[in-house]
Amino acid sequence: MSPRENSIVAHGLVREFKKGPRAVDGIELRVDPGEIYGFLGPNGAGKSTTVHMLTTLLPPTAGTATVGGYDVVEDGPSVRKTIGAALQEAALDPYLTGREHLRLQCTMHGITGEQRKKRSAELLARVGLTEAADRKIRGYSGGMKRRLDLALALVHWPRILFLDEPTTGLDIQSRTALWEEVGRLAKDDGVTVFLTTQYLEEADVLADRVGIIDHGHLVAEGTPEQLKAEIARSTIEAVPADPEQSGALAAVLERFGVRTTGFGPGAVAVQLATSDGDIAQIVRALDGEGVRIAHLQIHEPTLDDVFLEKTGRHLEGAGDENEVGEPAAG
Amino acid sequence: MHTAVLQAATLGRRAVVRTIRQPANVVFPLIFPMLLLAVNAGGLRAETTLPGFPTDSFLAFALAVPFVQGALLATINANVEFARDIQTGFLNRLALTPVRGAVLLLGQLGGLLTIALVQALFYLVVSFAFGVRLETGVGGALVLLVLEAMIALAFASFGCWAALRTGSTEAVQGLFPVFFVFLFLSSMNIPRDFMETDWFRWVATINPVSYLIEAVRSLVIEDWNWETISLGFGVASGMCLVGFALASHALINRLERT
Repeated sequence: MSPRENSIVAHGLVREFKKGPRAVDGIELRVDPGEIYGFLGPNGAGKSTTVHMLTTLLPPTAGTATVGGYDVVEDGPSVRKTIGAALQEAALDPYLTGREHLRLQCTMHGITGEQRKKRSAELLARVGLTEAADRKIRGYSGGMKRRLDLALALVHWPRILFLDEPTTGLDIQSRTALWEEVGRLAKDDGVTVFLTTQYLEEADVLADRVGIIDHGHLVAEGTPEQLKAEIARSTIEAVPADPEQSGALAAVLERFGVRTTGFGPGAVAVQLATSDGDIAQIVRALDGEGVRIAHLQIHEPTLDDVFLEKTGRHLEGAGDENEVGEPAAG
Repeated sequence: MHTAVLQAATLGRRAVVRTIRQPANVVFPLIFPMLLLAVNAGGLRAETTLPGFPTDSFLAFALAVPFVQGALLATINANVEFARDIQTGFLNRLALTPVRGAVLLLGQLGGLLTIALVQALFYLVVSFAFGVRLETGVGGALVLLVLEAMIALAFASFGCWAALRTGSTEAVQGLFPVFFVFLFLSSMNIPRDFMETDWFRWVATINPVSYLIEAVRSLVIEDWNWETISLGFGVASGMCLVGFALASHALINRLERT
């Protein structure tokens, strides 16, 4: 099988729901074989709807897409044989054990008998659930459920893996463990990974390339480094010791750049006009104006700055005004 | 074994295992119909003194009710779980495998059928212990189990339809009182020709549940009454056909997969 067939390609992909806006509005995508593609956006941006279309669960209203070389509309069954997917909620039966889940999933994929037993044991070991294999799911932690979810997505040796917000709600240890496993899949097994996330760090650490989606549109795409380099300017953020000096603080900082949204309460933030903004100069100017500072910080450009640059909003909380209905999020 | 059969059997097994691991879903459908039978048999025993009443044991007369009630309870429990599968995304997980829609439906119904048959056996054993003997003998007991299976499938297919149509556990639970209205407006407590209130007799006559109960009852208290038995099987089959058609249509709409 040609490695080219592990790619994901979408042209003008659109999904419109009844009584709702366009959840996905003309997405153009190309994910190369073996690549980890991070699809970053706030809740309601259209991430999950895109995943549902690419995994054949939802027909597109317009546009075309091929996954693993198969058209998602014309050849759904072949797409499903090619892909594995762990959707947003770890959809597990609380009354079955981990091993029973794997056996069920194997059977649904036509893997039976000894091979089923072997594959189940292999995957349980791979995701570190061998000891918990015969415990019911309702006793599993969130991280264990996510790892089992990943194992279930892998039973039939898929060449392309879709992970829809795989680490939402997980603690940092579980998140890191999952990142390592996903990284291994791409690196060692050559699996193409399409990962949606609302976590900047996840996209930054894990993805080879990132697509930023907002209101159903792809607003930016590139490697995390490329995207941050586009911004190229740091942000300085300061909190006045006396809240009454907030105006004076803003006036001083605006001499060095363009005002932007602060991250913390009471903070004034400015994106510096040059990439090598001189912090000493800024401190001297604040001192000269008698503005006392409680907190001062320089942020290197992040993917959130990219999101801010492209949409005028920070990623965190941007989803609150975005909800569009089914699928529930993303 | 053919893959589709194995898939349906695996899904059916899952439905059974899931039920067994929730004791309330096992105990309640076994005990509640038997308790109601005991209460009715005690309170309505005097009916048997009415001239022309078909039997002198009200326990035997009313034994048909637990069979229909048990099928109803099993149906509601199983389809609440099915609706939960839709809500949690478990159905989407299955939809992402090569499994066919019909197999999903058959697996779900197969599991429920197993549970309904185990319940039916329990009712038979308990009633036997309390002295009820089927007039149709062992052959009648076997026919009764087949009829019970069809009744369970009939209710289950409507429950599946509701689960698939709404994807809501609350909506499926809401079916429970609706089904019970049909049960109470049937000939569950008195033969139709003994009903003196015209509207009630009319409602019981157009109510399909009456024919299901009467077919089960005839196997218990009459010798082989082929007309009543055939009518029961006919109504159950008709309900199955309509229910399956609705459930299949709802499944196609629910699984929008390409």
